[in-house]
Amino acid sequence: MARIFSHPLAVPALIAAIVLACGFGLGSNFYLRVATLVWISALAAIGLNLLMGFAGQVSLGHAGFFGIGAYATAVAPNVFGISPLLALVLGLVAAAVIALLVGRPILKLKGHYLAVATLGFGILVAMVLSNESGLTGGPDGMTVARPVLFGVKIKGVDNWYWISGAVLVLGAWLALNLVNSPTGRALRALHDSEVAARVAGIDVARYKVIAFIVSAVYTALAGGMLALFNGFITPDVAGFMHSIEFVVMVVLGGMGSIFGSVVGAAILIALPQALSAFQEYEHLALGFILMVFMIFLRKGIVPSLVALIARGAK
Amino acid sequence: MAEFLQFAFSGLTVGAVYALVALGFTLIYNASDVVNFAQGEFVMIGGMATVAIASAGVPLPVAAVAAIVVAIAVGLLLHRLAIEPARGADAVTLIIITIGASIFLRSAASFVFDKQFHTLPPFTGDTPIIFGGAAILPQSLWVLGGGMVIVVCLWVFLSKTLLGKAILATAANRLAAKLVGINTSYVVGLSFAVSAAIGALAGILVTPITLTRYDVGTLLALKGFAAAMVGGMGSPIGAIVGGLLIGLLEAFGAGYISSDYKDAIAFLAILAVLFFMPTGLFGRASVERV
Repeated sequence: MARIFSHPLAVPALIAAIVLACGFGLGSNFYLRVATLVWISALAAIGLNLLMGFAGQVSLGHAGFFGIGAYATAVAPNVFGISPLLALVLGLVAAAVIALLVGRPILKLKGHYLAVATLGFGILVAMVLSNESGLTGGPDGMTVARPVLFGVKIKGVDNWYWISGAVLVLGAWLALNLVNSPTGRALRALHDSEVAARVAGIDVARYKVIAFIVSAVYTALAGGMLALFNGFITPDVAGFMHSIEFVVMVVLGGMGSIFGSVVGAAILIALPQALSAFQEYEHLALGFILMVFMIFLRKGIVPSLVALIARGAK
Repeated sequence: MAEFLQFAFSGLTVGAVYALVALGFTLIYNASDVVNFAQGEFVMIGGMATVAIASAGVPLPVAAVAAIVVAIAVGLLLHRLAIEPARGADAVTLIIITIGASIFLRSAASFVFDKQFHTLPPFTGDTPIIFGGAAILPQSLWVLGGGMVIVVCLWVFLSKTLLGKAILATAANRLAAKLVGINTSYVVGLSFAVSAAIGALAGILVTPITLTRYDVGTLLALKGFAAAMVGGMGSPIGAIVGGLLIGLLEAFGAGYISSDYKDAIAFLAILAVLFFMPTGLFGRASVERV
């Protein structure tokens, strides 16, 4: 069991199987819509997990990159008259460049200094998005043009379900490849001990920035997809609470577990929908889950389960 | 000149509140290495609980004391139920726990109280005092004076009483404090109680000027944190100077540059300090032990 699970293709295959099963199993558009939101959030969570779980660098401002991806996709077609899909690519480039510029100085910091610096970055992005109302429509949000590919408009839940599902599987596969590459080993080394990693000849600053850029691009891609899927976005997507939700997805599912990020995203997106009668208590539950998991199940759901199964097998 | 003075006074008033929040941060941080993101929630509880209790017909001073007691109880519960069980966790884990606590408390406050803006009557009327062409609210003087009294009381408590010295000893070296017989867990709990009381007092003093609502704590916590960081984490003087500095920067930034980006100034200050002066104005450089 443990050996099957450790095969490099096992996790992407598992995610693909779940995407397929849900795609044919979930009858109503409502459930497909929720599942699409899960795949999109899971992609962002995987990105953040690469940074937090593997490189060991916290970010409390990743929704900023989500917002950059989403708003680039929404704003660029209005300003430059380009296709929304090209705008999404532009958003990814923008996120990468900003991550490079911000990451250099920010990633020199450690622990709570890093947490606060990333938090400040995220809030600044959210402020710019809601204050520059000439471009972004301000706090009320803006509509996003529908993308057209080969003369066909891409819209509707069933289309976006399969697109987001496919992107998620691809994203998970690429993330696992990265983790199992020399870069991934360098990241894990600096997670365990930065000093030891530096002594072993790893260019710590460079690898941290690489992890930051990759995770920013993942998150921006998720943001762009949400903008295209929803057709409407508000600056809340870049807000502090959204950043915290991504952190909860990573922590809940398990830091350093790619599949865990999917589980974390599923819980955080699907639970409020399932408990819609208790919607008022959503934040109460979010805060509570955050505390309980960090106190009692610090490793997260998936790593804890895997450890349990591995112990059972012996 | 009148305009300048006006901005300076309003900056000092908000700055005093940031300074008190930062001071609360510093106390808890020194005693336990925990960065308490729920610090702003104490300010909110101070204001909201006073409003709620006073609206039941209780005289304002009694309501204020009762609100401080409520905040202290919440601070002690936070320490006992959320921080103590996670002892030994790394800095980021503890941050996430306090963020969880902050979200939880904020949401709970929206049920216990409500989601409306509330205010309190100014303590001594609302006829502005004119000074050099600038109008100062009497309540601003209450905030500044109250802040000063709190700082002096805290200083006396920390340097003159045995209990205060135990807090300082725990802050300096937890293991050594334990060895000389200080109950460090009790001391950390005490620091949560004291900083909850400081936060609640700040909330009560400032509510007549800025109003309060269940969600005012988040931004206050972040700005108080910015203040603590600008001053240098762990330095009480740094917290006060940092708080006033952020308040002044905000007031002048809003007055002379752009009021849209008033809230951005605190975060730009954090980033600038972290990039160019990571230990802050009064902080000490830290060395990682291998």
